[in-house]
Amino acid sequence: MASISVPSGAGQGARRATSLRTVLRRVADAAVTPLDVDDVLDVFHPLRRGRDGLQGRIVAITPETAESATVLIKPGRDWAGHVPGQYVRIGVDVDGVRLWRTYSLTHGPRPDRCISITVKAIPGGVVSNHLVHHAQVGRMVQLEQAEGEFVLPQPMPPKLLLVTAGSGITPVIGMLRNLFSRRVPPSTDIVLVHVNQSADTAMFRDELRAHGAAGRITLLERYDDQHGVLDVSDLATLVPDLDERLAYGCGPAGLLDALEGHHAERGLTLHTERFRAHVVAAGAEGEGGTLTLPDGRQVEADGTTPILDVAESAGALMPSGCRMGVCFGCVIPLKSGAVRDLRNGALTVAVPGETGPDGVPVQTCISAAAGDCEIGARR
Amino acid sequence: MTVITKKSENPTAHLTPEDVEQIGIELDAIRQEVLDDRGERDAAYIRRVVAIQRRLELGSRAVLLGSALPPLWVLGTVGLSVAKILENMEIGHNVMHGQWDWMRDPKIHSTTWEWDNASTADGWKHAHNEVHHTYTNIVGKDNDLGYGIMRVDEDQRWHPMFLAQPVWNFINACFFEYGIAAYDLELGRNLRIPKEKRSPEFKAQLSKTLKKIRKQATKDYVVNPALALPLGGFLPALAANFTANLVRNVWSHSVIMCGHFPEGVETFEKKSIPDDETRGQWYLRQMLGSANISGSKAMHVMTGNLSHQIEHHLFPDLPSNRYAEVAPKVEALFEKYDLNYHSASLPQQVGSAWHKVVRLSLPNGWLATTNRSNLVEQTKLLWAMSTKGPKVRRAAAARLQQQERRLAQAA
Repeated sequence: MASISVPSGAGQGARRATSLRTVLRRVADAAVTPLDVDDVLDVFHPLRRGRDGLQGRIVAITPETAESATVLIKPGRDWAGHVPGQYVRIGVDVDGVRLWRTYSLTHGPRPDRCISITVKAIPGGVVSNHLVHHAQVGRMVQLEQAEGEFVLPQPMPPKLLLVTAGSGITPVIGMLRNLFSRRVPPSTDIVLVHVNQSADTAMFRDELRAHGAAGRITLLERYDDQHGVLDVSDLATLVPDLDERLAYGCGPAGLLDALEGHHAERGLTLHTERFRAHVVAAGAEGEGGTLTLPDGRQVEADGTTPILDVAESAGALMPSGCRMGVCFGCVIPLKSGAVRDLRNGALTVAVPGETGPDGVPVQTCISAAAGDCEIGARR
Repeated sequence: MTVITKKSENPTAHLTPEDVEQIGIELDAIRQEVLDDRGERDAAYIRRVVAIQRRLELGSRAVLLGSALPPLWVLGTVGLSVAKILENMEIGHNVMHGQWDWMRDPKIHSTTWEWDNASTADGWKHAHNEVHHTYTNIVGKDNDLGYGIMRVDEDQRWHPMFLAQPVWNFINACFFEYGIAAYDLELGRNLRIPKEKRSPEFKAQLSKTLKKIRKQATKDYVVNPALALPLGGFLPALAANFTANLVRNVWSHSVIMCGHFPEGVETFEKKSIPDDETRGQWYLRQMLGSANISGSKAMHVMTGNLSHQIEHHLFPDLPSNRYAEVAPKVEALFEKYDLNYHSASLPQQVGSAWHKVVRLSLPNGWLATTNRSNLVEQTKLLWAMSTKGPKVRRAAAARLQQQERRLAQAA
């Protein structure tokens, strides 16, 4: 076994510092129990280091097109940084309800330590419409650390192909901004095929054109209303040296599926980023589904029986209380799927990766399955 | 109050089963209206209250560092009392009811909240949300009726120990948080069980509660006074914390007494509640079993909006800031169905509740049958009832009630 030698003085000093810190913290916690110091400090400094749960403050909202905007966020001190192309899970309070979504980071690491996301308001999209049209500077948002494998390789390849459609440009703009903000821009030959419905709806159009005009990238703009919907088999014509380029694609599932097929056929490497992996198909009123219990067992649940009863009939130990929706003694997290409130038919939907890491708390005694769903153990 | 089914005039006699179900439908509609509108404004409200409470508590504790100076002591103690009341009433009680769970904020959620009280959140949620709110005012099922130590209903059998209940009620008011903790543990019932036969759940809950009490006491009576030590304020700060807890206890006890104890609030017989009680029937029981306190906005906030006890019992999971808004609609519904919407000022309700506690400390009929001329005999009778065993007691109780009935008939 290898031993690690630490200069003894430094080690002791560090230990003393930690223990003093721990003691102070313990005293402070004891002074404010049942809260802890974090709860109190939250009132004054929600962005401080060491907070339980990373937050950020919106510092600017800039419209990009009529239906999209860039939201600049000052993250808490614990933000660990990111690599351009990665995404962040963000919890936004929309009309008082915390909803979680995932957005690509549209800047490389910035000198002001802020991060940005660019959001396109999709029809019926509660969070995207809120962020683009209603969000206010100064409001807090919840954050998790950046994640994602959709990043450029190091060292950079000589030739690169980027295919994006719609808001699929968002991780790519982050990559490009980062590359071109360097003192010595990379020598990589970059082709960007940027697909949009029309020139008006194209995010970052002018910025990308500027990069194109300066010769930093070869920009191929494709607009459905001018050029028709992009057929991936035309790529070889658009980009003659296609086979020499390492490819990255981001956009709607249809395009990515086609692109993957196309590249696999030619034996080429392609990295893709998908925004919506899971689509919940909520059953019609009264239709049930398969209920996955905290212990992993699956049982059939109809759309009119509370999932508490279904789970208990299956022999699961469930927290329960008044069984009439009053006491909240039965609340557990819905990990995925949809349940319907038997009292008013309201749907609650949990999408892994979107509705928060711990699922959505639901009252099992008045919730029936509305399609397949999975419940977790009480936290 | 006598249970509703034994009254000569049942206040619900004029309602048909269809009426009762219609009441349920109309109350559901009021609830749904709030749910449809619930959002940003409500979230902003509770976050503001939490922020104000935390600043007030921290500020008051900071002031109390200098509590050796009397003006600072007064200022800090008032602030801390208000902060503790806000924390227990408008925040803790309501958060633990799940009123804010819809925000999906883990920091303001019924499953994660712990309050500044001797009782643990878990114990309280069971005893209060499950038992009390489900079985409201059912004699023998709802332990809130007298907390198991008091006689607050004619239909609870009289026992000599109840003679002292005004004193207990006062002591309970002063140390209410410990009363709640004991109540949540069903301490009385569990302590009667031999030690080795007590359930593991009870033992676990007991140890959690003792740990919580230790932490609470350490905060109020050790750490915070110690922080005031450099400015010579250990004892004043300790006294300030004790006073703030006392004020909070007496206040919350008073508010809670007003919710179900005032004269005129109905109680129910266990066997009169059908097993398949409908939503309408449950609503009706909540309507008649609660009483409101009228007053200013500030008073409502300080009671945690339990001044809207009727609305709270009808809709325990609606955000508390909405009770005042739905109250006029609820009151109109009471009027429409000719039911008594029980509402009075705080002094009146507290007085009424205390009146009941004193009145029922005596056997049924004793006060009514006592006048100046028979005072000595009646006192002897009471003495006999208190000392001569259950047989004498029961016989005397029956006789007293008979006499009372005759008196009433004569009048």
